[in-house]
Amino acid sequence: MRYFVIIKVAFRALRRNKMRTILTMLGIIIGVGAVIAMVGIGNGAKAQVKARIAALGQNVIQVFSGSINQRGVFTGFGGAGTLTVEDAQAMEREVPGVVAVSPEVRTSQQIMFGNINWLTSVMGESIDYLAIRQWDLADGVMFSEADTRSAAKVCILGKTVADNLFPDDDPIGKTIRIRNVPTKVLGVLKPKGASMFGSDQDDVIIVPYTTGMKRFAGVTMLRSINVQAATADQINEVQNGIADLLRQRHRIQAGRDDDFILRNQQEITETQTAAMDTMTALLAGVAIISLIVGGIGIMNIMLVSVTERTREIGIRMAVGARGRDILLQFLIEAVALSSTGGMLGIALGIAGARLLTLIKEWPTLISADSIIIAFAFSAAVGIFFGFYPARKASQLDPIDALRYE
Amino acid sequence: MSNVIQLQDVHKTYHTGEVDVHAVRGVSLEVSQGEFVALMGASGSGKSTMMNIIGCLDRPTQGRYSLDGIDVSQLDRDELADIRNQKIGFVFQGFNLLARTSALENVELPMLYSRQRLAGSSQRERALKALDAVGLADRADHKPNQLSGGQQQRVAIARALSNQPSLLLADEPTGNLDTRTSADIMGVFQKLNDQGITIVMVTHELDVAQYTKRMVVMRDGIVVSDTPVANRLIAENELRRLQQEQKAVQLAY
Repeated sequence: MRYFVIIKVAFRALRRNKMRTILTMLGIIIGVGAVIAMVGIGNGAKAQVKARIAALGQNVIQVFSGSINQRGVFTGFGGAGTLTVEDAQAMEREVPGVVAVSPEVRTSQQIMFGNINWLTSVMGESIDYLAIRQWDLADGVMFSEADTRSAAKVCILGKTVADNLFPDDDPIGKTIRIRNVPTKVLGVLKPKGASMFGSDQDDVIIVPYTTGMKRFAGVTMLRSINVQAATADQINEVQNGIADLLRQRHRIQAGRDDDFILRNQQEITETQTAAMDTMTALLAGVAIISLIVGGIGIMNIMLVSVTERTREIGIRMAVGARGRDILLQFLIEAVALSSTGGMLGIALGIAGARLLTLIKEWPTLISADSIIIAFAFSAAVGIFFGFYPARKASQLDPIDALRYE
Repeated sequence: MSNVIQLQDVHKTYHTGEVDVHAVRGVSLEVSQGEFVALMGASGSGKSTMMNIIGCLDRPTQGRYSLDGIDVSQLDRDELADIRNQKIGFVFQGFNLLARTSALENVELPMLYSRQRLAGSSQRERALKALDAVGLADRADHKPNQLSGGQQQRVAIARALSNQPSLLLADEPTGNLDTRTSADIMGVFQKLNDQGITIVMVTHELDVAQYTKRMVVMRDGIVVSDTPVANRLIAENELRRLQQEQKAVQLAY
């Protein structure tokens, strides 16, 4: 029997009982819709996390001064104060694959312009910092190597700081006071938004690390060193190079713990996306259960349909339909039911995801993969749950089927 | 003349629970091409079982059955389905048309299950020809519920003819019809038989059997008589007579 004819007959049979068809499909529609929306939410969250991690910069390794054991007492994270500017310079010089290095100090300071004051974080960095973090200036210029050498009183403002300190004015060229030190504003950064931990990355002032160390933080040691590797493939290599260099420079004997901590983006990305994957899997799991429940609904209605149409099956068999023809007819009907439901479910899922983005501002991402998989899965549900009723129909005895009232 | 049906000592035993029911106990029968046979008997005589066996819906437990020269007594389910499709046209008491499906599509149904496939257009052509043969070419697009009982049975006959079978098998084809329509349908059968189509008709009504050429009577699972029909009724004449009777009744009032 021609497939085209079977499909035509299947859709005609489904149209005959519109209400029943729609109710049966509803199970699949909701199931597929839920899968699409849930996976969309999961993927959206994952994409957002990835974007935030990427905002840290490209191929960045962060070196923190670590915990050391001083006579049996561990100092905390960053408590060791073991990193020096010389360490940073040595890295740039000696570790292959390093393209840029920025020593970092941080301090929280009260800043003033006119009668406005603002509490923000002042970060001392090298001139390569903006390149490492892939952060552009909205206006003005970056401080120079000369500024770094002379610990010049110059700074770059984050968007939030600029907006608060200069609601109406152009900040470039103005002099603000940081810890009462008059400092000239050279540039304003483009906004970067919230970090993955929720803090405002634009609420910051960047000064040369020398200025930060001498004039604001009053320290001789670094908080951390930002290192950029040339390529993503080299990250591990560079990380190992840094570790060897620092152990050597800090004279750490073999078997002793490091007095520094290395972090790279890949690690952070992996941890974060692993968590997201777990969430997506959980959501999709719940959605798939509802899809299976929908499948049971299809099986139920197909069994009813086979019973109702026993006589029709008898007629078809009497005029020469083989068991296989009948099996195929009912199977295709079940698949038509489930895959039509699947298509409507995909539409519903996409609409639902859009609505969530619109109302709750959740990021959602509908991938072509999830649509294809959801559709294939709904068709598979039709085959799986339609098989038993179809097989039952195909095994009817034509004599009994013809006599069935 | 070649035999369309050749039954040799056919038995059919049903195993229902404790007791075995011997529905058919040794029937031998030959039907040649072009014959018009009435298979008669009271209920329980085994005629329905015989009709299931002749129609390849069931297999004999014992004995041999050749249909159009093919031994069908040992075929499996699928092979029997193909034989039904190619060799037999069924006409049932309850018409058994597919509801909400046009007359044309009902007639096309056996062709859908044919092993050798026809193009859609020639399939349609053949179905229309079959409908024309039963005088319903102008009703091709009607659904069964838009047709009278007699017309529905004509569609069923057209369906039975669509695959050009060797045998037309009718099971109480007039059981649900009034006298006039019955005569009408028997007229269709007689016309088809005149064209050379072999017909076996199962019935328990003697007056319907009078339209055929040969009467086979069964009782308790065996054939008790097999005789040519003596005073054969001709449907055309009967219809004329019925018309006159009706007129006479109308005149009387």
